[in-house]
Amino acid sequence: MTISDTSDHRARELDTAYAPPAASVGGQGVVTTYTAITAVVLALLMLFGLAMRASQAGVISLPPNRFYQLLTAHGIGMVAISGLGGAAVMWYFLSRYVPLSRGILLANLACFLAGVVLVLGAVFLGGFAAAWTFLFPLPAHSLGVWGTGATAAYLTGVLLVGVGFLLLYLDTGRGIIRTYGSLGKALGWPQAFGGSSAASPPPTVVASTVVTIINIPAIAIGAVILAISLINALAPEFRVNALLAKNLTYFFGHVFINSTIYMSVIGVYEILPTFTGRPWKSTRPFLIAWTATMLMVLAVYPHHLFMDYANPRWASVLGQIVSYTSGLPVLGVTAVATLANVYRSGMKWSVTSALLFVSIAGWSVGVIPAIVDGTIAINRVMHNTLWVPGHFHMYLLLGVAAMQFGFMYFLTAAKGAADGVVDRAALWAYMAAGAAFSIVFLAAGAMSVPRRWAVHEASWMGLDRLGAAFALVTVAAVLVFVVTFLRRVRTVGA
Amino acid sequence: MEQRIAVVVSTVLGVFLLAVFVLAARSAGGAGTAEEITAGAARWRRRALWGLTILFVPTIAYSLTRMPYPVAGQTAAVTVLATGHQWAWSIAPDTVPAGTLVEIRVTGADVNHGFGIYDASGRLVTQAQAMPGYTNVIRYTFPSPGMYRILCLEYCGLGHHTMASQLVVTAER
Repeated sequence: MTISDTSDHRARELDTAYAPPAASVGGQGVVTTYTAITAVVLALLMLFGLAMRASQAGVISLPPNRFYQLLTAHGIGMVAISGLGGAAVMWYFLSRYVPLSRGILLANLACFLAGVVLVLGAVFLGGFAAAWTFLFPLPAHSLGVWGTGATAAYLTGVLLVGVGFLLLYLDTGRGIIRTYGSLGKALGWPQAFGGSSAASPPPTVVASTVVTIINIPAIAIGAVILAISLINALAPEFRVNALLAKNLTYFFGHVFINSTIYMSVIGVYEILPTFTGRPWKSTRPFLIAWTATMLMVLAVYPHHLFMDYANPRWASVLGQIVSYTSGLPVLGVTAVATLANVYRSGMKWSVTSALLFVSIAGWSVGVIPAIVDGTIAINRVMHNTLWVPGHFHMYLLLGVAAMQFGFMYFLTAAKGAADGVVDRAALWAYMAAGAAFSIVFLAAGAMSVPRRWAVHEASWMGLDRLGAAFALVTVAAVLVFVVTFLRRVRTVGA
Repeated sequence: MEQRIAVVVSTVLGVFLLAVFVLAARSAGGAGTAEEITAGAARWRRRALWGLTILFVPTIAYSLTRMPYPVAGQTAAVTVLATGHQWAWSIAPDTVPAGTLVEIRVTGADVNHGFGIYDASGRLVTQAQAMPGYTNVIRYTFPSPGMYRILCLEYCGLGHHTMASQLVVTAER
């Protein structure tokens, strides 16, 4: 592909037959703030990741306690910031169709920032390092590495972030019901299953409704395990079943991280058609696919517990079957529609459109090793090896993050900013190095290198060095994206 | 074996999908009517659905017959008790015969750990979580004698990467 490089080209790219509904007025400045915070935090957390890979490679030497602190901050931070960036995309476009509260958007941001302060304090001042999963009862069992205060601060911080998101989803649910009458109508059920010939709700509304429905129970369940862990830390005589706790953790974690994809992909639905001139339609297969994914994503999390042999056998079997099928409906219709949207459309590429297109490719390709790992017989030798970060980095780094970087470029391009040669170089570097970085993780997983080890054995370090080198290039490209976005916001606005 | 399957399947399907995206990207400058493309997309969507169904149903069905979980009626010649502690394993006995079904009863004394068994070439051969309050039973036949390493495969705190032990597998009795 070639990337157009003149503002004249850019003007032609956007001069198409399709234009999305006009942006709503209030809240756009808050969305820009969300996006700027997302940009900076993503870059910072990627630097943490680079430091961890460099330390595993023996290039730098992090003490194990510092490594595990970075691991914890990187993991929980990426989950949360992907949520914040996704929320920005969803709010920006959903507010064009339904009334949303700017106050709630601000309240979510306030909860997020307060939660982040607590989490960072817990990790870097208090030494908390129980990973993002904080698997019960590890938060209260540090063997003196961190104290009860740090545990309480971390868990309360994550809880606060969750409260903010809960408020946001209650507001999106309210706005959707107010406009469409019910969540079922907003999902297009009358058109999908009832034979209605009325116009279907737009893709943004369908996706936002699914996110609203799945994330409210996910956050509620997350709050339960956070509260349990908090009480256990303060009163150790209060204990719960460790297997139940693990089920709660992975239900919450799996649904929430998937929803970051579903929020961010709204940017693809809305922005890509402005380049191709082909509006994204809520066809019947699209509506059925989103409903199917909504149901299956709530049932798939047992694939995180295949190696907990004590978990009910039926849950593991269900977990494998749904692993094969859960992501595919939405991914299938989105991938095919993306290809069809672009194919012979006469569009000119820009950094915005390329990032959005790549995000669907990254999501699609990354799902393959994930499904392979979702096979119980294979999970036996892949679970908690570096195969796992291999597949999720592919669909988060080259999927979700690419969607959010594409949204950043879109926000400022819409105000007249043009791509430069550095942006295009960063795009190619990001695609190539991001893919190579993920593949190195997969290769290490195939060699059985365990995950989350602060210190690696010499025989693993060759791949670690490669991984660190590709991470360095990826981070450099991301810094270009972030600096470009912040500079453009200052000069042309967003 | 399983690692090889994972790599081959992921590579073949990944390269195929990537090629499709590259072809679509390279075609973007051409001209086609939206109606023509939409009809083509619907056709490809149906083909993809059928293709995946044909691929997935037998794969799921076969792989579910290869689950590592213990089944009733199997009798192990040796039973090993393995307990994860922060940050060490206690394994007794730590010597087992090759070529015979061995039962390893895995649990955690304090927090969650992961009991991963590595062969002499450094390849993970099987694993189970070591959970407080539960016993996960691995039934495994070691194919050949040698030193098998035990590494922790669930993050358990500061000493996670130091949790290594070994199981000695002797020639068949």
